[in-house]
Amino acid sequence: MNIRYFAWVRERVGLEEETIEVPASVKTVADLIGHLKSLDENHAAAFEEEDAIRVALDQLHVEVDAELGNAREAAFFPPMTGG
Amino acid sequence: MKVTPVVRVQSEDFDVQLESRALAEGRKDVGALVTFTGLCRDEAGTLSALELEHYPGMAEAELTRIAEQAVQRWPLTGLTVVHRFGKIPPGENIVLVVSASAHRRAAFEAADFLMDYLKTRAPFWKKEHLVDGDSGSWVEAKSGDEDDAARWSS
Repeated sequence: MNIRYFAWVRERVGLEEETIEVPASVKTVADLIGHLKSLDENHAAAFEEEDAIRVALDQLHVEVDAELGNAREAAFFPPMTGG
Repeated sequence: MKVTPVVRVQSEDFDVQLESRALAEGRKDVGALVTFTGLCRDEAGTLSALELEHYPGMAEAELTRIAEQAVQRWPLTGLTVVHRFGKIPPGENIVLVVSASAHRRAAFEAADFLMDYLKTRAPFWKKEHLVDGDSGSWVEAKSGDEDDAARWSS
């Protein structure tokens, strides 16, 4: 699965984008966050304030209880500040 | 017939006059044209630029989804949304909404709705760059923005 990071989440992870193998046990966005946190210290630090992170699956906003289903891309980012 | 909104995400500046004229020129059914321009501001004199990061693809898609909601909700004759990305110094344009309708209420409300939804849902993030050369912090989302957006779903 392709994972993208934006703004301070990107800075903390230290990557704009990565492709990961999603374990079979990972069914929802919340599971995916748990898995990413286990990868290394940077990921753990990026997801430390979990409530402050928003997520999109295939470029659509979703909540953390959303099922990953057949999504090809997940993106993690802080609350948006455009406009 | 519902209009098709024009949505653009670009690094270059936009021309407010040109975009307004495009929604009114050559037609007689437009009675109201509202333009909203959001600019980069610096109240403290410490900002050299705001850097607008965006999620390419989703930014256009989400702005289009919001604009489509607006044309479903109000009887518009035209709607244009332009959002810039990249480094933008104080005084320069960031975002433009132009809404056109037969009557003013629809045009005002659609532009207001667009901005409220865009603020909380369009994937853009602002980072401050300071005049002393430091990279400042990421601009934090305001809880008031969520409240503004919630006004439209009651």
